[in-house]
Amino acid sequence: MTDPTVEQAITRVHHEQWARVVAGLARRFGDLDVAEDATAEAFVAAAERWPREGVPPNPGGWLATTATRKAIDRIRRESQRDAKQQAAWIMYDDTPPEPTGPVEDDRLRLVFTCCHPALALEARVALTLRLLGGLTVAEIARAFLVQETTMARRITRAKAKIKAAHIPYRVPSADDIRERLAGVLAVVYLVFNEGYLASEGDRPVRVDLTDEAIRLGRLLRTLLPDDGEVAGLLALMLLTDARRPARVSRTGELVTLDEQDRGAWNRTLIVEGNALVRERIEAVATGGGLPGRYQLQAAINAVHTDAPSARDTDWSTIVALYDRMVLLDPSPIVRLNRAVAVAEVDGPGVGLAEIDRLAGVLDGYHAFHAARADLLRRLGRGGESRAAYDRAIGLAGNPAERAYLTRRRDQLAG
Amino acid sequence: MPRYLLSVYGPAECTEFGAYPSQEAMLQAFADTGAFNERLQRDGHFVFADGLEPATTATTVDGQGAKPVFTDGPYLETKEYLGGFWVIEAADLDVALTLAAEGSKACRGTVEVRPFRTAESFRALLEP
Repeated sequence: MTDPTVEQAITRVHHEQWARVVAGLARRFGDLDVAEDATAEAFVAAAERWPREGVPPNPGGWLATTATRKAIDRIRRESQRDAKQQAAWIMYDDTPPEPTGPVEDDRLRLVFTCCHPALALEARVALTLRLLGGLTVAEIARAFLVQETTMARRITRAKAKIKAAHIPYRVPSADDIRERLAGVLAVVYLVFNEGYLASEGDRPVRVDLTDEAIRLGRLLRTLLPDDGEVAGLLALMLLTDARRPARVSRTGELVTLDEQDRGAWNRTLIVEGNALVRERIEAVATGGGLPGRYQLQAAINAVHTDAPSARDTDWSTIVALYDRMVLLDPSPIVRLNRAVAVAEVDGPGVGLAEIDRLAGVLDGYHAFHAARADLLRRLGRGGESRAAYDRAIGLAGNPAERAYLTRRRDQLAG
Repeated sequence: MPRYLLSVYGPAECTEFGAYPSQEAMLQAFADTGAFNERLQRDGHFVFADGLEPATTATTVDGQGAKPVFTDGPYLETKEYLGGFWVIEAADLDVALTLAAEGSKACRGTVEVRPFRTAESFRALLEP
């Protein structure tokens, strides 16, 4: 019944305008609940009216106006607001943003409020997906495999804390922005990884989450075009996502980098990701400060996507990039990844020795055992390799990864 | 302006110098806390602050029945107890958290930041 082009227009406008409308209302009315509900109502109105009346010439403006009207209606209905406050909201149109942060886009304020460190990480993720991404509570609940009521409660509680504790709607000061931005990027990357490496559930990749994370990454890039880590994270996500079509086989098994069909990689995403990596390399070369972890990870991924075949991979450069990563973040997981690269340059024995040093801390991590299993196999130590595969299979939550590890184990001779 | 309660928690087991390992450490913490209190006053954040006697000196009272019941000791048995607190005014949570971090450093304790109810939130309670 509905004209598909109108439906597409609504979806596009939803992606482009949702966060802008929520953010504008949040600043004007000082209330995230009002902003969220009024925006949702405006989109419902669009879905009802646009198929009949056509898409308005300025859809964003139409939505902002409709949502503002809905918000005012709601405030009028609510008896606890006193008349004076109502009048203030309704009469004074857009108050100018307070000149507190480096960038004045309301969406950036919303980003920092949703990702405030006083909120639990899972609440930050949920709020970001709801208020910035425009996902419904049901969609977010499904993505994180929790009951819708649980997710609704999580979001409600977070909004209540923001209000009661007076978490500001503001871009942090220049002193704090680095650290706070790192927290924002961590939320976006968590959403991406939850989509890409789905740790639970039946589907190996949750495209809805990876797409949403990339959309958030693009939004951040628009809001903070000069930040290296913002560019780095977007590049990292694009280059990782570019390999998605080759990453799971038709039988639902994970395909590792060396066995992937490189022709199936998404060239458009690779070109975009590489351009960002190049931009950062030039910026760093011309004194733009040392690259952070996302820029380094993006550069590592660019080395992979640049290689015409797995055998042509420039592993020495990857090891060098991991060396810099270890300086920034000497965590066992970074050292594990570095050891895997070392094995490609200096042989499986050297790599294994490095990995074994991490046994104490990473014993409960499936990737640790998977990496050991592979190196042990290459060293001809079949029995130990099998035991390591067994451990990895037992610990892996992702079905495609389990299928891959099981096949590898079963291929071991003897 | 929003008000916050900054509560300082410390171990139930104390030395003769309270929650501090030595007299020197205790005196230094007192001096640092004093300086912090002065800064709160100077910058208009200070409402009230004080330290409490050990939790063992507390008496719990339940006056809801026909006769009040008195119990020796704190309401909750835990390993850590409220040792002191500030009531401050701050523009928002970011300011309150920054001050709490300074206060925590000064008094050598972990600080819980909790907003007071506002007129608006009371009104919301009364008129659901």
